[in-house]
Amino acid sequence: MATGTARQGLRSDADIKAIPVRRPWRWVATALVLILLALLLTSMVTNPRYRWEIVARYLLDGSVLNGLLLTLEFTAIAMVIGIALGVLFAVMRGSSNRVLAWTAGGYIWFFRGTPLLVQLIFWFNLSALYPTIELGVPFGPTFATLDANTLITPFIAGVLGLALNEGAYMAEIVRAGIVSVPKGQLEAASSLGMSKSMTMRKIVLPQAMRVIIPPTGNNAIAMLKTSSLISVLAIPELLYSVQIIYGRNFQTIPLLLVASIWYLLATSILTAVQTRIERHFSPDRDPGEPYGVRLRRNLTSRRAHVKEER
Amino acid sequence: MSVLVRAEGVHKHYGRNHVLKGIDLSLEEGQVMCLVGPSGSGKSTFLRCVNHLETINRGRLWVDGELIGYRQSGEALHELNDKEVCGQRARIGMVFQSFNLFPHYTALENVILGPCLVKKESKAAATAHAEELLRRVGLGEKLHSYPNRLSGGQQQRVAIARALAMRPRLMLFDEPTSALDPELVGEVLDVMRGLASDGMTMIVVTHEMAFAREAGDTLVFMDDGVIVESGDPREVLARPRHQRTQAFLSKVL
Repeated sequence: MATGTARQGLRSDADIKAIPVRRPWRWVATALVLILLALLLTSMVTNPRYRWEIVARYLLDGSVLNGLLLTLEFTAIAMVIGIALGVLFAVMRGSSNRVLAWTAGGYIWFFRGTPLLVQLIFWFNLSALYPTIELGVPFGPTFATLDANTLITPFIAGVLGLALNEGAYMAEIVRAGIVSVPKGQLEAASSLGMSKSMTMRKIVLPQAMRVIIPPTGNNAIAMLKTSSLISVLAIPELLYSVQIIYGRNFQTIPLLLVASIWYLLATSILTAVQTRIERHFSPDRDPGEPYGVRLRRNLTSRRAHVKEER
Repeated sequence: MSVLVRAEGVHKHYGRNHVLKGIDLSLEEGQVMCLVGPSGSGKSTFLRCVNHLETINRGRLWVDGELIGYRQSGEALHELNDKEVCGQRARIGMVFQSFNLFPHYTALENVILGPCLVKKESKAAATAHAEELLRRVGLGEKLHSYPNRLSGGQQQRVAIARALAMRPRLMLFDEPTSALDPELVGEVLDVMRGLASDGMTMIVVTHEMAFAREAGDTLVFMDDGVIVESGDPREVLARPRHQRTQAFLSKVL
């Protein structure tokens, strides 16, 4: 029977059932990595200094959850304002009006060129530069005078710092998206009699989105963690709220683990949201098979799959 | 028959590169004009000037009695504002070599976009008209397909339907079959022949001499930014008078 199978395998009109190439070093590398992972896991479980019981106790602590909420709030507000500013400055930068283009360029240059930490502290201390802020006609009468010290609360300083900084980065991302749309699309829109703003909204930006979304998701995830910088303004966001706790009980590591777990969870959720948004802006994509189906097939029929590809 | 397109001494240059060196022509309503000539002769540039995708540097261009891109009051020439330019373009349909369909919209959405946004037609009316146009170009089955699911010939037919949806007075075709696989050229030319026999006024930049011969009322041969000769297509193709025309035709026929 064995010779029969072998002969059948050699018939050129039968499906090819070749023996896959052996790759011994792949197995060595896999074993090595698995051993290292096992070591790490064991130490995490057996090393009592991790103090997992403290991690568990503070994970759902009220002030930690409030901190998490504040972090999410700052991330959301800063990203929304940042994206709006980004679109505005990207369009300005592409304008044929030199003054607008240079102003946008200057904005991007300044806010990307100075550290965010400096910007945050700067906004917090704005009252040293402008003790009062006046509302009125430029070079004309004033309607209201506001005290900068009461106006610029830590919250406002935090939002200003994060959003203006984000706006500079988003402007470059949006600009990259806009220039990625082929010129023919603009000409086609023009030939239909569409105005410039209509073309921007209906033709350019929806297509630019495909280029804009991935790095924006990246930035949102970065913002989630960067927002921990506002702890210098004594805003009790996630990091500062665990700092307050470990300042009291000296359990630094367990509480940093608590913060890290929440950051990781929030990041994972943002990643999933990003995937959803990407799909929304590619209505013409190949639907493909759902991830679950692909995973199951890869796990259960690896060998069959390998042969299929040859 | 009234004159729909008239060009007088049209010049266009990009910096030192003089692309159009005085184009004079006129096209009557319902007629089909084919622009032929070697690449770089300025025929596509002229076509793009007609709907103001390019601005001309000298001369005058009229479509339907309106000066394109400018308003003349006394001795002064005023640039039209964006809204007026859009209004002029909305009455002129254009079909591009590379189709330029909007990839994020379906065939139907591509066609109704102009009427809905620019002419403020109701979505229902625009959709009914678009479906009729897409059926007319043989794509009644592909209403909800995205452009990347369509062949080149199908995409170009959607692009023609998209331009027709604006109910243009004039259709411009910029080498509509040059980007197509040979077996797909016929289906697009068939649609264009149909339009011509329905009385649409058309200017067609093309290398399809057979199409020019059958469907064209006038053939204009351009070389190096000037019109070398023009006339009845059968006449020009059979007995070119100018030596440059003869040289060009001997290469493409």
